[in-house]
Amino acid sequence: MYAVRRTQALTGATGLIEVVAPHVARSARAGQFVIVIAGEHGERIPLTIADHDRDRGTITLVVQAVGKSTEEMLTLEAGDAFTSVAGPLGHPTKLARHGTVVCVAGGVGVAPIYPIARDLKAVGNHVVSVLGARRADLLFWQDRMARVCDEVVVCTDDGSAGRRGLVTDPLVERLQRMSDAGEPMPHVWAIGPTIMMRAVSRATEPFGAPTTVSLNTIMVDGTGMCGGCRVSVSDGAKFVCVDGPEFDGHDVDWDNLLGRITYYRPEEREALEAAHARHTGCVRETVALR
Amino acid sequence: MTLSNKERYAIPRQDMPTQDAHERAANFEEVALGLTWEAARLEAQRCIQCKNPHCVDGCPVGVRIPDVLLALGDGDLAAAVDALTERNSLPAVCGRVCPQESQCEARCTLGAKHEPVAIGRLERFLGDHALQQHILPAAPLEHTGRRVAVVGSGPSGLTCAVDLAKLGHAVTIFESLHLPGGVLAYGIPEFRLPRSIITAEVRTAVEHLNIELRTDHVIGTTYTLVELREDYDAVFLGTGAGLPAFMDIPGTNLNGVFSANELLTRVNLMRGYAFPEYDTPVKAGERVAVIGAGNVAMDAARSALRLQRLRAAAHPQTGPGEVHVVYRRSEAEVPARREEYTHAVEEGVVFDFLTNPVAVLGDGGRVTALRCVRMELGEPDESGRRRPRAVAGSELDLVADTVIFALGTSPNPLVFTGAANLDRSRWGTVLADEATGRTHLEGVWAGGDVVTGAATVISAMGAGKAAAADMHTFLLAHAPKGPSRLEASPGTVRSADA
Ligand SMILES: Cc1cc2nc3c(=O)[nH]c(=O)nc-3n(C[C@H](O)[C@H](O)[C@H](O)COP(=O)(O)OP(=O)(O)OC[C@H]3O[C@@H](n4cnc5c(N)ncnc54)[C@H](O)[C@@H]3O)c2cc1C
Ligand code: SF4
Ligand code: FES
Repeated sequence: MYAVRRTQALTGATGLIEVVAPHVARSARAGQFVIVIAGEHGERIPLTIADHDRDRGTITLVVQAVGKSTEEMLTLEAGDAFTSVAGPLGHPTKLARHGTVVCVAGGVGVAPIYPIARDLKAVGNHVVSVLGARRADLLFWQDRMARVCDEVVVCTDDGSAGRRGLVTDPLVERLQRMSDAGEPMPHVWAIGPTIMMRAVSRATEPFGAPTTVSLNTIMVDGTGMCGGCRVSVSDGAKFVCVDGPEFDGHDVDWDNLLGRITYYRPEEREALEAAHARHTGCVRETVALR
Repeated sequence: MTLSNKERYAIPRQDMPTQDAHERAANFEEVALGLTWEAARLEAQRCIQCKNPHCVDGCPVGVRIPDVLLALGDGDLAAAVDALTERNSLPAVCGRVCPQESQCEARCTLGAKHEPVAIGRLERFLGDHALQQHILPAAPLEHTGRRVAVVGSGPSGLTCAVDLAKLGHAVTIFESLHLPGGVLAYGIPEFRLPRSIITAEVRTAVEHLNIELRTDHVIGTTYTLVELREDYDAVFLGTGAGLPAFMDIPGTNLNGVFSANELLTRVNLMRGYAFPEYDTPVKAGERVAVIGAGNVAMDAARSALRLQRLRAAAHPQTGPGEVHVVYRRSEAEVPARREEYTHAVEEGVVFDFLTNPVAVLGDGGRVTALRCVRMELGEPDESGRRRPRAVAGSELDLVADTVIFALGTSPNPLVFTGAANLDRSRWGTVLADEATGRTHLEGVWAGGDVVTGAATVISAMGAGKAAAADMHTFLLAHAPKGPSRLEASPGTVRSADA
């Protein structure tokens, strides 16, 4: 069992969990992920390592409640434990000096992009970050990002924080300006919902700005054993867990990916409803009696 | 009372009862039900105690079969268990999954004129008896001060670990999954090998011998092979052949296409058939096509069939469904064990022989059909089997919403990350000495599927055993390295049954 050391709510449906896993912390690098199991009947859930502390032997996970397992994870408290934490998995981000890099994060994507931005800065890049969310209350870690980036641009769909609009707006403006000025194109990292990563990849393509995305597919083992994480790229199928999770955004077959990640949606809904029914069952009964 | 050979010949080979085919196709409980004590004893008495027992030559771990059978026939269960576990630490597993019909039983002298002794059934009987009675293996010898890292907790790793631990070495097993057992835990279905058996047998071995089991450790990333080699006095690689293959045809990334490994892992390791009681979903549609006809294909097809029947029972409005096995050769060439093939047929799996897929067709990203061509058999190829070739103009579309590839597997290269200097063949298998398991790197041994490619449980165990013997000699000839610098994470050491 892996003890939870600390938890913190970040937004309504997102929380931070710091878990004791020295075997992962000792070699974890930006861009890698773990597979965790919470509970004896739990499923194997891939989560990006948002931070690690080698001295304390902990890793930090940021979890967004999207299904039964993630919802239950957010009820964990310090002193509770995960059944399994395996990793680090996947290739770390290739850190190089590109000059300017733009880190685009959508929603909870700010968590996985944070260590990447930090390490890209550490090797001498000028790091611009674009953080987007639907509303102001869904944003978090602007402060953390501000500490490791040279510039931070915030945008929300409704304008409740930063500028109003999608992350691609400030990104395209920036690329256009740099292109007009004859500057070399920056390397772009994009992490967030699949739709958002597709939008970023499509936006950067005309500019020829190299774009790295971190894919979040269905996974079971996370070690190359099942192939459930397959993604189509120009030279065939790749396994996201061992060949990725980072890929060239201009090379990914996004439509195929968007379809594949929905395969278990009906079952996920069923599990969530069953779990909710268990918790609210007695409440509903009282209501019905009245 | 001793029986004459004539009396022994007169005893019929004892049948093992099985669950009714119709009933079992709708549950995941064990198909074969085991021998009774009376039947087991009678069966053991059929053995004529050959002076030159060929059965033993057929056993990859060299179990002293006649001694086991003599003790069992005499009713001395304790002695029979001892004789068996002296060479085989997983008898309840092997009694269920070994292809005895092509190993010990194939060579049994009785087979020439009568039927061979049912050695496999007796092995299962004794293995189960040992578990029920909590019969433990002999205690380990005095500690030698040497530490060994075993990578992978499948049959090869477990056997190597057990043998070295018995000899007094401190053994740590590193396993990437959250449960030990390798294919036994993630691949072979419950209806052939119940989880409780693996758990109990692994626990007996691991706990009694003080073997440290570190799950959730992916060698290659958590630690590299290089680190293990520097830290431990010796390293054994038993990482198996877990990488699934897909056919190079259009449409293999459509929704509804997966590897047998994925289906089986969801069903077995993750208990997906009990969803939503267990959190991992798994589904087999109403028209499933399994490609390939080996043992893995049989397991995938029979699991898919059970998922369909369970769903039909829970949702009577959905159809009962069909599972087809699509195979490019004919029935005579089916590579699966005869017993598995027969069981699949009895349960209702449909076999489409001489049929080869050329594309997976889809609509809106989902599988709708498997396009195939009819095949005919031509001249024999290198393997002696007649080579199939396509019949011109014979394309046909099999309606399918699920396509499962069961085409064999190769070693997972993850373990070699950062250890590129380990010599491998062009199929990705590790080059190791056949008799000793030594690799080209001093201090590193390898065995099981990672060396041979997908093979059998018992051949993997044999390789683990051979390596352990050679490692023992090596370990005693070299000074110990002293305490480890790779301390265990508090969470990662777990008992076998977690
Ligand atoms: C579905 C199926 C059914 C089968 N049925 C039978 C049968 O009936 N009878 C029979 O004799 N054989 C059968 N086999 C074959 C048999 O299971 C294998 O030959 C045998 O398990 C090989 O043992 P192994 O120890 O070499 O590897 P495995 O059993 O594959 O174990 C390897 C272990 O190493 C772990 N590992 C891999 N990489 C790493 C890493 N980098 N770090 C840490 N750990 C790692 C894996 O997670 C796994 O637990 C079947 C195989 C399959 C897939
Ligand atoms: S070959 Fe058959 S009869 Fe002879 S010792 Fe072995 S099991 Fe007994
Ligand atoms: S998650 Fe199983 S192969 Fe990638």
